[in-house]
Amino acid sequence: MAAVTVFVPRDAAALSLGAEDVAQTIAAEAKARRIDVTIVRNGTRGMVSLEPLVEVALSSGRVGYGPVSAGDVRSLFDADFLKGGRHALNVGPVESIPYFAKQERLTFARVGLTDPVSLDDYLAHDGYRGLMRALSLTPADIIREVTDSGLRGRGGAAFPTGIKWKTVADAPADQKYVTCNADEGDSGTFADRMLMEGDPFCLIEGMTIAAVAVGATQGYIYLRCEYPHAHRALNAAIDAAYANGYLGDNIRGTGKRFDLEVRLGAGAYICGEETSMLESLEGKRGEIRPRPPLPAIKGLFGQPTIVNNVMSLASVPIILEKGGEFYKNFGVGRSRGTLTIQLGGNIRRGGLIEKAFGVTLREILYDYGGGSASGRPIRAVQVGGPLGAYLPESQFDTPLDYEAFANIQALLGHGGIVVFDDTVDMAQMARYAMEFCAIESCGKCTPCRIGSTRGVEVMDRVISGQNREFHLTLVEELCDTMLNGSLCGLGGLTPYPVQSAMRHFRGDFERQT
Amino acid sequence: MLPLDSTAQETVSAVVDRLKGKPGALLPILHGIQDVLGYVPPAAVPIIADGLNLSRADVHGVISFYHYFRDTKPGRHTIHLCRAEACQSMNQKATEAHAKQKLGVDYHGTTANGAFTFEPVYCLGNCACSPSMMVDGELYGRVTPERFDDIVSKWEKR
Repeated sequence: MAAVTVFVPRDAAALSLGAEDVAQTIAAEAKARRIDVTIVRNGTRGMVSLEPLVEVALSSGRVGYGPVSAGDVRSLFDADFLKGGRHALNVGPVESIPYFAKQERLTFARVGLTDPVSLDDYLAHDGYRGLMRALSLTPADIIREVTDSGLRGRGGAAFPTGIKWKTVADAPADQKYVTCNADEGDSGTFADRMLMEGDPFCLIEGMTIAAVAVGATQGYIYLRCEYPHAHRALNAAIDAAYANGYLGDNIRGTGKRFDLEVRLGAGAYICGEETSMLESLEGKRGEIRPRPPLPAIKGLFGQPTIVNNVMSLASVPIILEKGGEFYKNFGVGRSRGTLTIQLGGNIRRGGLIEKAFGVTLREILYDYGGGSASGRPIRAVQVGGPLGAYLPESQFDTPLDYEAFANIQALLGHGGIVVFDDTVDMAQMARYAMEFCAIESCGKCTPCRIGSTRGVEVMDRVISGQNREFHLTLVEELCDTMLNGSLCGLGGLTPYPVQSAMRHFRGDFERQT
Repeated sequence: MLPLDSTAQETVSAVVDRLKGKPGALLPILHGIQDVLGYVPPAAVPIIADGLNLSRADVHGVISFYHYFRDTKPGRHTIHLCRAEACQSMNQKATEAHAKQKLGVDYHGTTANGAFTFEPVYCLGNCACSPSMMVDGELYGRVTPERFDDIVSKWEKR
């Protein structure tokens, strides 16, 4: 009998819930029962509540079992799970699970499906088709496809990617760079991590296309050091790409050169800001640079540089493969394509949900997420990371779309959603926003460096009830100064969570102590 | 400033020599040293500065800017407990209070037996199964106080 293929994720979230033990126990149990099993360590399907999700490849498709612990393995064998047998943990055909089936997976098409570090698997699942098409186009035509797709920077700023690329392409220079901002430091975001661990070639392909489009020969992935699993996956994929002519001095025999290296950050949140990231790549303190000049004109080592987020670059292969029009047909208004929504915090079914823009927060929280993990009412959600606004229940019908969020003084950002139940104290969350800014401020500008520390002190007085009205006014004034006077988004956006908490959850700031 | 012993000195010099040709080499060098020694000893600063033609102040400024780099020897293992919003929403505070009490140290401290250094971290990208923590690069999700004890006792033996 041919070996049955069993998939056990290598994604860090699955590992954090025991996937390594599960994989080893399956291997040992199979050996003891003299059954031939091939274990593939795939990425995650993104349904974290089912992790570790073990999948068995049957002729009819892949059947899942989850969440599996090492202690369940023997009973899975007893239930003949290798033939899709009945078991309490059997979740049926994985791609028919509504959470998964209702998604529009473009960027994440391969994540969870393939062996992330196998180039053969990547090629067998339409990998490198985008690059091959790009290599047959002129640089101007590549950029036109990206512009036509309507892709906007997924890191949070939502700047049109095609326009950024054109600026770099048009800047005359002997040396240009493509840099990927993989410093995914926002709480509640993990799409970059899942993509880099689950389909690292996709990012490498996107960067290679960008390099060909703008004439860059050197690329850097600036990865946060909190992601060791992604680091290993990226390095393995980069090695394989070099060995097979997808990176190096003669990409697929075209004579084009592109070298790529992963550089590790060192635990500084500010390095997710693009100019600070460039400083860090140059080996300096990650202090932000005033703009202009834009990095597209004067970026890394003073040269024209693309700085794009992981999701932006990983969306490029499918845009080149299927055309800008295909991608543009997803989404609403000026938010085109798909958003990789990350649902976390106090939620029953958290995970990665890739959907066309326009889905409402309520659908995500209840239809996908199934309500809070604690079973208590959801009171607040923070969207867009630690600098994003807190939204109350009355705003849950807001569609996930950049403009709709801007209209309610909120941020869509990188698409991270953190859920809180009714035990949350929003005055404490506002204080934490100031504290986080104080810890992570690079110190370059006064409103952020000093303002955040004063913010913590004033919030402490508010919380302890000292001269409360006066101090609440002071917080408002401080927020105004930070918002308008900071050099970058850290000091400039910290007021978003603070002010939204004060606006929507005033009672928490006026509680009797 | 304690002088480096000869092994540490060799390590630092080897890392500097291996990486100094890279553009923007300082962070890779600091990672290289900390990967081997567990920290960047103050006595390594002049060697790094010399290798990169920077001032000692430049090198010190970079080391002190980044939370991850440390200039003191850590415990045998480093625990990074996430204290960002998603973890807070799942009662991270309880795990945090328990951890501090169990280890007998506050953040940035090293336990009396030298087994653990305890550090805060702001997001480990594991927000759909909070609270999270990492021990020497291994990630753990849904870390309740009880689970914290299980993980710590496992690592204590290593």
